[in-house]
Amino acid sequence: MNEALAFAFERVIPGLNAGLWASIGIIVPAALLGVAIGVTAGTLRVYGGVWPRRITNCYVSLFRGTPLVVQLYFWYFALPYVSVGGVNLILSPVQAAIIGFALCSGAYQSEYIRGGLLSIKRGQLLAAQALGITPLHCILSVVLPQAFRRALPGCGNEIIYLIKYSSLASIITVNELTGVGRGIAKATFQNTEVYVIVGLYYLALVTLAGWLLRLIENRLSIPGFEVKNS
Amino acid sequence: MQNESVVLRVEDVVKHLGGQRILDGVSLTVKKGRLKVLIGPSGAGKSTLLQCINFLLPPDEGKVFLDGREINGKSKKELLWLRQRVGMIFQDFNLFDHLTAMENVRVALIKVKKMDKRAATHRAMEELARVGLADKAGLYPAQLSGGQKQRVSVARALAMDPAVMLLDEPTSALDPELIGEVLAVIRDLADAGMTMIMATHQIGFSSSLADEFLFMEKGRIIERGAPSDLLARGSCSRTMAFCAKLSELSGEMGG
Amino acid sequence: MDGMLKALTASWEALPYILGGVWWTLGLIIGAMAVGLVLGVPLAVGQVYGTRPVRRLASLYVWLFRGVPILVQLYLFYFGILAYLSRFEVLAFLHLDSAFTAAVLVLGLTSAAYQSQIFRGAIQSLPEGQLKAARALGMTDTTAISTIILPQALRLSIPAWSNEYSILLKDSALAFVIGVLEIMSRTRSVAATTHQPLPLSILAGLIFFVLTWAGIKALKTLEAKVRMEGYSHQGSL
Repeated sequence: MNEALAFAFERVIPGLNAGLWASIGIIVPAALLGVAIGVTAGTLRVYGGVWPRRITNCYVSLFRGTPLVVQLYFWYFALPYVSVGGVNLILSPVQAAIIGFALCSGAYQSEYIRGGLLSIKRGQLLAAQALGITPLHCILSVVLPQAFRRALPGCGNEIIYLIKYSSLASIITVNELTGVGRGIAKATFQNTEVYVIVGLYYLALVTLAGWLLRLIENRLSIPGFEVKNS
Repeated sequence: MQNESVVLRVEDVVKHLGGQRILDGVSLTVKKGRLKVLIGPSGAGKSTLLQCINFLLPPDEGKVFLDGREINGKSKKELLWLRQRVGMIFQDFNLFDHLTAMENVRVALIKVKKMDKRAATHRAMEELARVGLADKAGLYPAQLSGGQKQRVSVARALAMDPAVMLLDEPTSALDPELIGEVLAVIRDLADAGMTMIMATHQIGFSSSLADEFLFMEKGRIIERGAPSDLLARGSCSRTMAFCAKLSELSGEMGG
Repeated sequence: MDGMLKALTASWEALPYILGGVWWTLGLIIGAMAVGLVLGVPLAVGQVYGTRPVRRLASLYVWLFRGVPILVQLYLFYFGILAYLSRFEVLAFLHLDSAFTAAVLVLGLTSAAYQSQIFRGAIQSLPEGQLKAARALGMTDTTAISTIILPQALRLSIPAWSNEYSILLKDSALAFVIGVLEIMSRTRSVAATTHQPLPLSILAGLIFFVLTWAGIKALKTLEAKVRMEGYSHQGSL
């Protein structure tokens, strides 16, 4: 047991800590981009014209209908074979990971945003119009604050998924948490021990993120918009 | 003489919805301080008429005049002006669910009238006090009863200093024991000289306040007159027949 | 133009081989759904009706399997735990140490955690009177839960359950990392030899896309078949 602990502290933990930062460096920009894409696509899917709606719907079903691994594989291994005006589109592993995660996550996020927007009753818009509130203010002070609260639990969940799926970046050679863990496991043949520790890292990340998100939800919670316990 | 000035005039308004002619040439004139009551079966077009007046549903034909000014619905600015001057009370309240009672009353003062926050808050509290809800100012719609919600929505409309108020069956969505508190608020408004058009099935209540009953059916006003005339003993008006049917169903009438 | 032709030829020639992976993919999904169902139902019942320690244990399970990425679990089970167990000859003889077994286990155990949440929600959405009435008829809690509560709860769960199918389908593509010969793994190996990752990855995406929508269609049909008066789509996630 002592040997195992020593092994963990001397070899595994320092390596994994570096990997953890690499993971966070992918998760944070991908999550932010994903939310931005999701809000844009979700809004277009509800309020857009015929073509913007069709295009965003296509985007969403395409990215939700195919595995994330296939998408990542496409961005990293296949895209360099595409050339635009003689220039090949080559992404670094980290760039491919961030873009891949953000586009996939954005498709899922847009579902929650769309749901939030659709949940707003017509009466809310009528009442705003009846008071003479301009369309812009109607969206800013009536529609968005309500839709955002309704969408928040779903969007939060999606970010938790993103944290777990960030492990796929190791497949396209990014040295993040899982990638570093795999390297150590291969070098030391201590598969069980190393992967248990890697698992604990993710558990900690996911639990921490869940706790943070719940904190935000409670902060923003008002009567009538309570978050249902999932 | 000033008391007799016309606030709102509607001329030959026609509206089609879903291929059906919902309003078939409706005209009415409301003078300052008067209460007109729209009655008639559901589907008669009462609600559509009210929504045409403030252009939530732009009329297909006909004219709407407010304070002698014709509204053609083409200018956005004019529309916003109209809607500020015309208060509307919905059947299902339509309070903004993410705002407290006070914020519901205040939001249009800030966003539309560009009042500063303190003055708007002050005004909102005044209006809430007027409908007897000053102590509920911090509560959200989900925490209010139906009657309280409707009173907040009245306060929200009043805060805009409307020239005329449109009330679209303000008590229809309420449990019977909550109707009284909303009717009391409406009575106070009438007593204070507010100009109003109200669609309602509360015949007994409104006959004591209304200057005129307008009986609508199939998109037209087919009968109009003072409540006392239409509901006079022995009258064979359509209004009387309709009211008799209502009271048969609910046991409510006359009182 | 020449490149385009090459790409199309390569895809066409690889198609039968890649499509052969569909059976492995479907096998993974069906196995995982079964494991998830068998474990998910008791987990859900335990979370709702269990004693305190049982509830704690069930929640711990859900927390663990929802918190660890499938990729990490695949490595852990295949290279770690199953490699260790394969020292016992019986397991090796039964092929229980294969990559396929490891993938079904990982996908199934994770799915059980998610499925238990679906079933739990459905059980909790049933009116309390159902259990009360069953008890009033003299049923034991076990009988009441298995004959009254679960048949209703499982019906209510079907829409969310079909969601689980498309999640498992996409997660099953990860099994290639431990060498299961499903769609993704075949695509990769062909791409490596033909140097045509672009058309081949699009082809793989297309196959998954078709499987997603075909599966959803099929489950909708199933849903309509077992629908009962008064049980609507409500509660679909």
